[in-house]
Amino acid sequence: MGEVVVFRKRRGVELVMLIMGMGLAVAGYALVSLNVDGELPGDFYWGVGLYVAIGLAAHVVIRLRAPYADPLLFPLVYTLNGFGLAMIYRLDLGGSKRMHSAELQLTWTAISVAVFIAVLFLLKDHRKLQRFPYLMFLAGMAILMMPLLPVIGFENHGARIWIKLGPYSFQPAELAKIVLTVAFASYLVEKKDVLALAGARFLGIDLPRPRDLGPIIVMWLSSLAVLIFQKDLGTSLLFFGLFVMMLYVATERPSWPILGTLLFLGGAFVGWLTYGHVQTRVSAWLNPFANWDQNYQIIQGQFGMAWGGLFGTGWGLGRPNLTPLAKNDFIAAALGEELGVAGLMAIIVIYGVIVMRGLRTALTAREPFSKLLAAGLSFVFALQVFAIIGGVTRLLPLTGLTTPFVSQGGSSLVANYAMIALLLVVTHRVRRPRTAAEEPQQSLAHDTTQVIAVPSRAAQPRPEPTFGDTPLSADDPLPDQQDAEPTAAIPAPGGADEPTTALPTGTGAGAGAGADEPTTALPTGADPNEPTTALPTRSAPGDDRPLWRQP
Amino acid sequence: MNRPIRRVAFVAMLMTLALLVNVCVSYLVRQDSLNANAQNRRVTDAAFAQDRGAIMVGNTAVAETVQSKDQFKFQRTYPGGELYAPVTGYFSYLFGSSELEQTYGAQLSGNDDSQFVNRLIALATGAKPKGASVQTTLNAKAQRAAAQALGDLKGAVVALDPSTGAIKAMVSSPSFDPSDLATHDLSDSQKAWKKLNADDDKPLSNRATREIFPPGSTFKVIVSAAALDAGYEPDSQLDTSSYKLPGTNTTISTTCGDSQTLKRALELSCNSAFARLGVKLGADALRDQAEKFGFGTKPLSDIGSVASRFPDEIDTPQTGLAAIGGYDVAATPLQMAMVAAAVANDGVVMQPYLVESVRSADLQVLSQTRPSQLRVATSSADAAKLKQMMIGVVQNGTGWRAQISGVTVGGKTGTANSDNVRTPYAWFIAWAEDPSVAVAVFVQDAEMPNTDVAGGRVAAPIAKAVIEALR
Repeated sequence: MGEVVVFRKRRGVELVMLIMGMGLAVAGYALVSLNVDGELPGDFYWGVGLYVAIGLAAHVVIRLRAPYADPLLFPLVYTLNGFGLAMIYRLDLGGSKRMHSAELQLTWTAISVAVFIAVLFLLKDHRKLQRFPYLMFLAGMAILMMPLLPVIGFENHGARIWIKLGPYSFQPAELAKIVLTVAFASYLVEKKDVLALAGARFLGIDLPRPRDLGPIIVMWLSSLAVLIFQKDLGTSLLFFGLFVMMLYVATERPSWPILGTLLFLGGAFVGWLTYGHVQTRVSAWLNPFANWDQNYQIIQGQFGMAWGGLFGTGWGLGRPNLTPLAKNDFIAAALGEELGVAGLMAIIVIYGVIVMRGLRTALTAREPFSKLLAAGLSFVFALQVFAIIGGVTRLLPLTGLTTPFVSQGGSSLVANYAMIALLLVVTHRVRRPRTAAEEPQQSLAHDTTQVIAVPSRAAQPRPEPTFGDTPLSADDPLPDQQDAEPTAAIPAPGGADEPTTALPTGTGAGAGAGADEPTTALPTGADPNEPTTALPTRSAPGDDRPLWRQP
Repeated sequence: MNRPIRRVAFVAMLMTLALLVNVCVSYLVRQDSLNANAQNRRVTDAAFAQDRGAIMVGNTAVAETVQSKDQFKFQRTYPGGELYAPVTGYFSYLFGSSELEQTYGAQLSGNDDSQFVNRLIALATGAKPKGASVQTTLNAKAQRAAAQALGDLKGAVVALDPSTGAIKAMVSSPSFDPSDLATHDLSDSQKAWKKLNADDDKPLSNRATREIFPPGSTFKVIVSAAALDAGYEPDSQLDTSSYKLPGTNTTISTTCGDSQTLKRALELSCNSAFARLGVKLGADALRDQAEKFGFGTKPLSDIGSVASRFPDEIDTPQTGLAAIGGYDVAATPLQMAMVAAAVANDGVVMQPYLVESVRSADLQVLSQTRPSQLRVATSSADAAKLKQMMIGVVQNGTGWRAQISGVTVGGKTGTANSDNVRTPYAWFIAWAEDPSVAVAVFVQDAEMPNTDVAGGRVAAPIAKAVIEALR
């Protein structure tokens, strides 16, 4: 029997961390005002009050709707958001003319947190998202390609990644990032075995069957299309990297990342040969001073960070406004200038911790969709942070991506908050005590159709070399689940989730996703602390999903 | 699926690590060069927004910083104006800085290593760091007298203390008002810059140290020193008849008769005699002697200075011309003042300097200049003979206009008129015993007929005025 891990809710920790983080951000705001104007602005307490209220509201909703969610994610994210607000406010003050982007960004923060709360309320179980992989895929691709449309799409700063709806402009790629991660995750859950096993072996690489390869090729081509038509190196890298990484996680074949890296390098090299803007980016990276005017932005960013030095000039005391687009792409340079190498490193570490919490969730998750989703969301986030901060600090060629939660821009903020909400839902379900799963087992015992279907599936040969060492995750029943859940086990998709309809007596097929509903699913009041041992019928280690396999 | 996720986590960790390491490495490797980049506006603006220390002459600031109400908070002003511009230089937002403002930029702005502790204290107490002040060696009376005597003439005056090398006066005319360039009204600054650069009289160039001119007959002091070194005596007879330069048709005419002593030839400034003497001594001996006086070095590090020159490649007739300060021989007024100073200082050339001391805002002395020896030009015996010869020039010769009753003055006139096209350059170099001072006066545009007397008529009275101001 595997060791049972019972996660604590840790909401108190979250609250303390949130208060500390908000304290840092508010201190930053005060520091900026004092350093620039010598006094606090008239609406200082309004701004602070709104920011704190929004944070606390989100915390209360997490407490209510996802009490077992990861306690670090939201405080970290909200701290970054606060830093971003303070920095944008500072850049507002630093211009020749007082600007008001910070107010707008605070409004967007409110909207984003509203979206965040909405996701927590509406999405009780993230596995609902698993049902329409192709639809999701199409939707994601459509969103991604929207800037190429004639009327609403437009080009800004050399990249065609914007759409304009009335007075507002958005970067749809931010939303597409989430939709496509969900789409990949659900698609790969379905296809991972055929992708991993069927097909020919070529040059030491297991190639899938052509028909399974289709979506992969489509993805590669769309990455190239983004690169070519939208001239957006960053987004192209992001989606391709995401897809390759998820393929790897799903199939466990190291050949995918190798092949993917080679394809990307090949594509990037061809892009470098063919497209002027790629060459520009590369030369700006390697030798920015060769062309002062063309690389003015990256040079100014470098000057700023050098000027800031180890501990920075102090918030409000540097000259970050000299760098063009300091509120957007180059906000990391602005932070590096005023908070110094030390401050920038702290921010990078915050990003690193967010990524690690997400990947930890992926490790702890019990079924493949959650694993893939959490891993995908975390990795695409990591990749984005790596690309933009790496670009600004001249580790990589510059790619026009937003700095999540920090840089100015509504679409990025909304999308990233939605992503964190999604991760919180996943972590909540992963960390929740597993007793909830026990009730449906009984109902499943009466579900004869399901029981018959399973043994034939179980006969399917499947090498599982790696699962033995991960009893907690227990991937072994996956083949069953993969087929059973979307097709057979949920005759009434969607409805199973809702608290109102998830009563045990509602539909017998509440067996599916409804199994996770804790309040109604515990007829026996089993002790949450010993979920697995309490079940005498268990035989396989970690087999705590009686839904899909009847011993 | 956990193994690939762990690997992905490892990759994500590597990416984070790469960002962190890169930030550190950038800081360590790139910071200095980026901050030293002249185009880095953050650095230049910060320098501009600092409470810069004053440049002092005596107890008066000739360049100081006052508070301003604009974004820079401080405005550099120049109470010394045109008079001290060749020394202070300018401190401009658009055009950088020059002279003392440039060479002592770090100290004035408070960024010098010697002010590290002051910066730390300012940081700890929250006070705005204040730059150090630079105390010059200049004497306000001498400076004013020199400028007044020079008037509207184009030229330069340098006066220094022979025994230390401390510069007492340094005037270059025409000059400019550094405030015009230091103004925060950038379009005004730009206009002033354009105007100054378009001016044919080159007001921005410091004629005292940064430009070299043919020294004319003042070079005969150096030739005399070489002759004494070669065994001549002040009363050695020289052939002063007209001299046909060997291998040419050029004849140097004479106004001195056929024969004079070396001392008398110098008093009368006999061209033919010194040309003949120069050829006899040889170019190497002349060059050697000139270099002993400081030719070929950039003598003044406090502000920009150029080296004076005695040509390397020179034939016999050219040597004859060089010996009377023609051909390609060229010197700065500062260099010629050093020649006079060496004669007065027993043959020892002191290193000239302009900055007496640097003091932090709390008046603590950060650095103090100690006089140092640059070269030995002649033996003290030869220097004593040269002294007598130069006294003779003022007592009985071309430099009589520099006579001051009660003060021993030695000097030498010079007029460079080699090309007969421009009006002659008039020179006068002199030294006095009490006050102990050496002066070089250079007038670029003597505005008088092309004769040999311009140095005595135009330049000598200016030297006299400077010496009298120092009494």
